[in-house]
Amino acid sequence: MSTADPILRVRDLTARIVTRKETVEAVRGISFDIGAGEAVGFVGESGCGKSVTARALMRLAPEGTAIALGGAVDFHGQDLLHLGEKAMRDIRGRRIAMVFQDPMTSLNPVMTIGSQIDDIVCRHMGLSRREARQRTVELLHLVGIPDAAHRADDYPHQFSGGMRQRVLIAVAISCDPELLIADEPTTALDVTVQAQILRLLLRLREERGMSLMLITHDFGVAAGMVGKVNVMYGGEIVESGPVEQVFNAPRHEYTRALLDAVPRLDTTRQRR
Amino acid sequence: MTEATKVASDGTAPLARVRDLSVVFPARRGKPPVTAVDRVSFDIEPGQTLGLVGQSGSGKTTTGRAVLQLQKAHSGSVRLLGEELIGMSSSRLRRMRRHMQFVLQNPYSSLHPRMTIAQTLAEPLRVHRSVPSSRIRERVEELLELVSMDPAVMHRYPHEFSGGQRQRIVIARALAVNPDFVVCDEPVSALDVRTQAQIVALLQSLQEKLGLSYLFIAHDLAIVREVAHNVAVMFGGRIVERGSVAQVYDDPQHPYTRMLLDAVPIPDPTIQRERLRAAPPDLDFAGPEEDGPCRFGEDHRRTGTAPFHVDGDGHGVSCRSWPLG
Repeated sequence: MSTADPILRVRDLTARIVTRKETVEAVRGISFDIGAGEAVGFVGESGCGKSVTARALMRLAPEGTAIALGGAVDFHGQDLLHLGEKAMRDIRGRRIAMVFQDPMTSLNPVMTIGSQIDDIVCRHMGLSRREARQRTVELLHLVGIPDAAHRADDYPHQFSGGMRQRVLIAVAISCDPELLIADEPTTALDVTVQAQILRLLLRLREERGMSLMLITHDFGVAAGMVGKVNVMYGGEIVESGPVEQVFNAPRHEYTRALLDAVPRLDTTRQRR
Repeated sequence: MTEATKVASDGTAPLARVRDLSVVFPARRGKPPVTAVDRVSFDIEPGQTLGLVGQSGSGKTTTGRAVLQLQKAHSGSVRLLGEELIGMSSSRLRRMRRHMQFVLQNPYSSLHPRMTIAQTLAEPLRVHRSVPSSRIRERVEELLELVSMDPAVMHRYPHEFSGGQRQRIVIARALAVNPDFVVCDEPVSALDVRTQAQIVALLQSLQEKLGLSYLFIAHDLAIVREVAHNVAVMFGGRIVERGSVAQVYDDPQHPYTRMLLDAVPIPDPTIQRERLRAAPPDLDFAGPEEDGPCRFGEDHRRTGTAPFHVDGDGHGVSCRSWPLG
């Protein structure tokens, strides 16, 4: 499958997770494209390889493990799998940014929110401290944090879960990335807060023409956010296509089984 | 008319009857006391499930714990099988405990890692002396079969099982003493969707087989719609709406319930995209406490009644926590 103007072209990607005890083939030869401004979803159950795929693109290993990668990841003509570590660091965070599920562990608890963002903006964009703080407040305001100038001096524990997730999104978009990888960005949140974060991501994508790779176990979350979806199982993509096609007329038995198991509010009750 | 008389007007005796239950956490470090559960009332009929939904911090878990007397109530009444639990002596309460059990969210932390499955399941049997020692092994086998597991696994340890299997073991342990009533607090939220469906089906078949009553606490409204007969929606420690599943889901009366239902993502791309593009809802439900008559014309401060209004069909709605305007 080809996209008109892919910024990311992944071919035959494999990822082996190496721990002291064993080696697990977590991703087994998957291929996909992400176009400029396109939103692509990856859905599947825990252990299907969707999070490892996201990390593999950035060459990040799950904690306490090493990762062995194969295949090709082409980002604007550069092969990310064979790039030097220094060049990779320039891409990570600046041109491809990530938002993870757990907003508590991704923030430093003993630094104020503002100084954490200042640091990143300084490093990536070469701004002075004063310019950086101005940019930080702009970013916090952009992601809908009220009274951003004052809240910047607060610590992570003074923010609610939804507000912390907004902070992480602010961090991720601070350098105007071309691609945002969001791994279960709303899973720990209440549904109403989830809806706010999804609206925010949708708006940011539209305003900035940013591409989005959305990893989620929730079919409902994927449905509203992405144009194309890949269903993963056992480290492989078992079905992919436009989200309407995959969700409304799944062709793979596994996709069908997953969709059948999802309790929904828009259909009549399955039991009783 | 007080709410107590309004809830059960059909004359049948509910298995569990909760009236004006309140839990207050004492003041700490200059902070005022917090009313975590505020005059909550509901009935659960034998063999039926009441779903308790709400967002994190709404008081649903504290309600479940207060019903089971694991959390001290500030005021109100909890009757199980006709017996008042609040203020009951601890020795009588211990005997009542075999009628009421608890299934928790996390199947990873709720099983002792150094105890085999057989030891885990035998423990409540010994504590409550529900079967003679010579019959314990037989009962453990029975319990595993009840939750569709092979009794041969009884000598294994929790880490050898998947999340879904562990939750089956947790359920088997809750059922060991033949309870009438089980509080399930987010029993499937840590599981994958297919495993969720299996555990939900298991809970339903056990209910039919054993006539169990459940208080099913969950933040997932879609799951509750499938398992529950009746549902109560909590916000800020209060039940803002309560009724049959059809009443609450198909004809929600409280704006908070409506907002919550609208926020649940639906796996239909056309509908879901439209929902995200619609104007975001007003999230401010913390309206001031009204003096004088409420929006339904009752002055609760004067009459001393709970701010809750039940219609002739048993569909109840709170006159509080409505957005301003």
